[in-house]
Amino acid sequence: MIKKNVICSFCGCLCDDLSITIEDGKITGVDNGCALANAKFLGKERLLKPVIREGDSIKETEYNTAIEKAADILKDAERPLFFGWSGTQGEAQAKGVHLCMLLGGVIDNTSSLCHGPSILAIQEVGHPGCTLGQVKNRADLIIYWGCNPLEGHPRHMSRYTTYADGFFLKNAFRERKLIVVDVRKTMSSDVADEFIQIEPGGDYAVLSALRAIVRGEEKIIPESVSGVSKSQLKRVADMCKEARFGALFFGLGLTMSKNKYKNIRNAVELTDELSRHTKFTISAMRGHWNVYGANEVFTWMTGYPYAIDFARGIPFYNPGETTAAEILYRKECDALMVVSSDPAAHMPKKCVEHMADIPVIQIDPHKNCTSFFTDVQIPVAITGIEASGTAYRMDGVPLRTKKIIDADFLTDTEVISRIYERILEAKADV
Amino acid sequence: MSELLIKNAYVIDPINDIKGEIMDIAIKDRMIADSVSDSAEVIDAKGCLTLPGGVDSHTHICGTKVNFGRYMSPEDMRAGRGRAQPHMYPVSGYSVPTVYANTYRYSALGYTTVLEGAMAPLEARHTHEEFFCTSLQDTMANTLFDGNWSVMEAVSDKDLKRVAAVVGWTLAAVKGFAVKVTNPGGTEMWGWGKDVGCIHQKIDHFGITPAEIIEYLIRANELLNLPHSVHLHCNNLGKPGNYKCTLETMQRTPNLNDKRQTLYMTHVQFHSYGGTKWGDFCSKADDIAWMLNRKPQIAIDMGQVMFGKTTTMTADGPMEFNLYRLYNNKWSNHDVELETGSGIIPVFYSRKNLVNSVMWSIGLELALMTKNPWQCMLATDNPNGAPFVKYPEIIALLMSSRYRDEEFAKIHPDTGKRVHLPSLDREMDFYEIAVMTRAAQAKALGITDIGKGHLGEGAYGDVAIYPIKNNDIDPSRDYSKIIEGFSLTDYTIKSGRVISRHGNCLLNGNNRTIWVKPKISEEYNMSNDPEFVKKFERYYSVSMENYPVEEEYMNKRNICIETETGL
Repeated sequence: MIKKNVICSFCGCLCDDLSITIEDGKITGVDNGCALANAKFLGKERLLKPVIREGDSIKETEYNTAIEKAADILKDAERPLFFGWSGTQGEAQAKGVHLCMLLGGVIDNTSSLCHGPSILAIQEVGHPGCTLGQVKNRADLIIYWGCNPLEGHPRHMSRYTTYADGFFLKNAFRERKLIVVDVRKTMSSDVADEFIQIEPGGDYAVLSALRAIVRGEEKIIPESVSGVSKSQLKRVADMCKEARFGALFFGLGLTMSKNKYKNIRNAVELTDELSRHTKFTISAMRGHWNVYGANEVFTWMTGYPYAIDFARGIPFYNPGETTAAEILYRKECDALMVVSSDPAAHMPKKCVEHMADIPVIQIDPHKNCTSFFTDVQIPVAITGIEASGTAYRMDGVPLRTKKIIDADFLTDTEVISRIYERILEAKADV
Repeated sequence: MSELLIKNAYVIDPINDIKGEIMDIAIKDRMIADSVSDSAEVIDAKGCLTLPGGVDSHTHICGTKVNFGRYMSPEDMRAGRGRAQPHMYPVSGYSVPTVYANTYRYSALGYTTVLEGAMAPLEARHTHEEFFCTSLQDTMANTLFDGNWSVMEAVSDKDLKRVAAVVGWTLAAVKGFAVKVTNPGGTEMWGWGKDVGCIHQKIDHFGITPAEIIEYLIRANELLNLPHSVHLHCNNLGKPGNYKCTLETMQRTPNLNDKRQTLYMTHVQFHSYGGTKWGDFCSKADDIAWMLNRKPQIAIDMGQVMFGKTTTMTADGPMEFNLYRLYNNKWSNHDVELETGSGIIPVFYSRKNLVNSVMWSIGLELALMTKNPWQCMLATDNPNGAPFVKYPEIIALLMSSRYRDEEFAKIHPDTGKRVHLPSLDREMDFYEIAVMTRAAQAKALGITDIGKGHLGEGAYGDVAIYPIKNNDIDPSRDYSKIIEGFSLTDYTIKSGRVISRHGNCLLNGNNRTIWVKPKISEEYNMSNDPEFVKKFERYYSVSMENYPVEEEYMNKRNICIETETGL
């Protein structure tokens, strides 16, 4: 059997045109997918049963026991931290926020380790963006800044930008210009019409120089800015102004390098400036398939996209203080629940050390680095394969991922709901 | 079966022609009934003002741009924080509050039904996800068609039935309620960083005009027999001299429906500006009201501006960019492929600012100069003119010329030369306020037949009891008591259950989404139309199969209005 128009729950592109071949209830083939999608849909390794740590050993157990154990840990915690959420369905994210509200904990998603700085910049200067189809149909200039889409988001260029059909472009591939900005050559820079190689940490200065040129102040620009020649900067500024529709995409090369959120602020303000000359938009290359959904769900429920502390009964937001890494670093939380994420692989050593000292609950279909620290891990159905659920694409378009095969696992939403109910019952008993 | 008896209520129910009588209201199993048994729960209204649950026919509370307004505005979130209460979640936000804040605050004002003013079809799931959490109001979504390529192509082909078929397919697919047109053609032009001027400027590539889009959509709307009329945000919002564009749009509107208006024009305050630039900016509310008084086929909402901080958000992307260039504050924009656009910026309406003072006056003038209150709804285009929590102050301004005079004395001193407000001495009564805040809104939305906006037998048991006693209060003098009274109900009852008592929300759940499904023959089913299918295959970034909003996004109580159509 072949299922068509399947949505891929791997990266923020949420490609929705995959064809999946299923034989005897198992996935045997993936068409239209990139290498990342193939690995996801054809992956075999996973945790089959809930596990609990007893002393030095890990023991398999049943859902009920694992859920009870998780509820006990959370119930006893004074300052629980709930982290992850970028790889699960929106319904589970919402349930997680309710659980955190109930316990007066802190909830954060993986944005704090990726596009958190982009959000801070947007909160200062806004975000002139659009849906990906708007770019596909109109843009004759594409800029990738601090990202390598051919490897990180392999179908971004073929579905939405350089290689995609466009309504207003007769021969989209030839008519579109591509600019890649990075500190090193990449697969993406190899196909660019213009490659701007910046010295590491020089993005802010280059963005400022471009803004100055667009504003007609090129005389103040030195001959070279962070390794980029003035003549190239002028050429690029002209390309931007002459485009009918320009679209700038940026990745972690801009958010997580020197100057962090100020880089994004500068890129947004360059877009604002260019909007006075032509049509220009800017968009973040969101990584995990539903990290933007985590931002959306948290925002409509609490008012903030990430890093929310309910300890005082009201939603309190202060990234840098209420973000997960900082709370672990300060050894503040006394329990950690990780949903569909791997903080042990991505956070500083001192954070991971604290994870080893406190009880950790993990809800994830797979074992990962964080599993070494968990006291209870509960495997769940993989959303987009074994369960359906809502996801938000990197541009904010909401889609419903599909269940394409049956599996004997609870969903993230079911597991979190059951933990929630247990805690509610325990609270009522007191 | 639950039963409720509200005794001793001073009832105004305009749709049933009840203009203030002491009576009892019986509610049986969610609906208004003739009588209930002796075992019914009893609420003693003690002679207080009792109205059908409030209806807001134009507000922005759920969906992509609303949530982006929250996302980009932590300062607004901090301005409206509240702790969790029994049965209530903690809340954030003042002008763009969280879903829970919106639903609690609306219920405290007595509102039980709200219409989200703008939903992009491609992003409809988002709106419905937030509707799900808006647990204390029934919700509907205006669905955007201002820049819909398939509509514009059909208009270009002068094919009315095809326009209707596209609209009907889309409404059913995204579970929308009504046809919204925001700056028709302008949002498509904004895809190139441009805008249209007034209604006769041609739209690039499609070669048609805003006037044609409006005309065809109005006729398609009637062909689909939709409960609500076309809901129009006119071209040229916020520009000095735009009243001419508004007047011409009104002048061209045919009269095609004898149950309700043929065109609903929203936030008309923003479209009633005279002058040629900000320097000679002035009110033309008199001309707009003059036209409205001669056109029963048109209904409007005020789009009242109130002083203070708020957030503007609209599908009108180019307008928000113009506003950004005025304010130089933060600006967000979000174009939606093949359909529409949107923009957001925070604003501060200052009473020291002449333009803002004139805007404040215009909204009130429109309401006071419109003879028939059934044609003018009380609304702020929440949160564009002001957050909806300001409604009680607007009610007081309409009921008291003394209050207006006192406020007028505090605004920019040059305002008087540019507006008509000081010469208007009309003072509205409770009946007119009841019309403008629920009855007219329900009638305009076409939902009285399904039992909304009134207290007749068989209607939903949606009731608001305000701590206001008609005989003890002179609204003209005691306007502060009017503000207080309309700010917090004693009881808000929805579907026969108390959902808010003195602002303490007593119940979670109970909400319904109301949407439409026009019955369309196979011949006009766009799912089989090669050109329409091609739009998804080649130009949308989402496949046709993944576009429609699934049943999972509706709760069990949703109300689907199926309409008989001419297709």
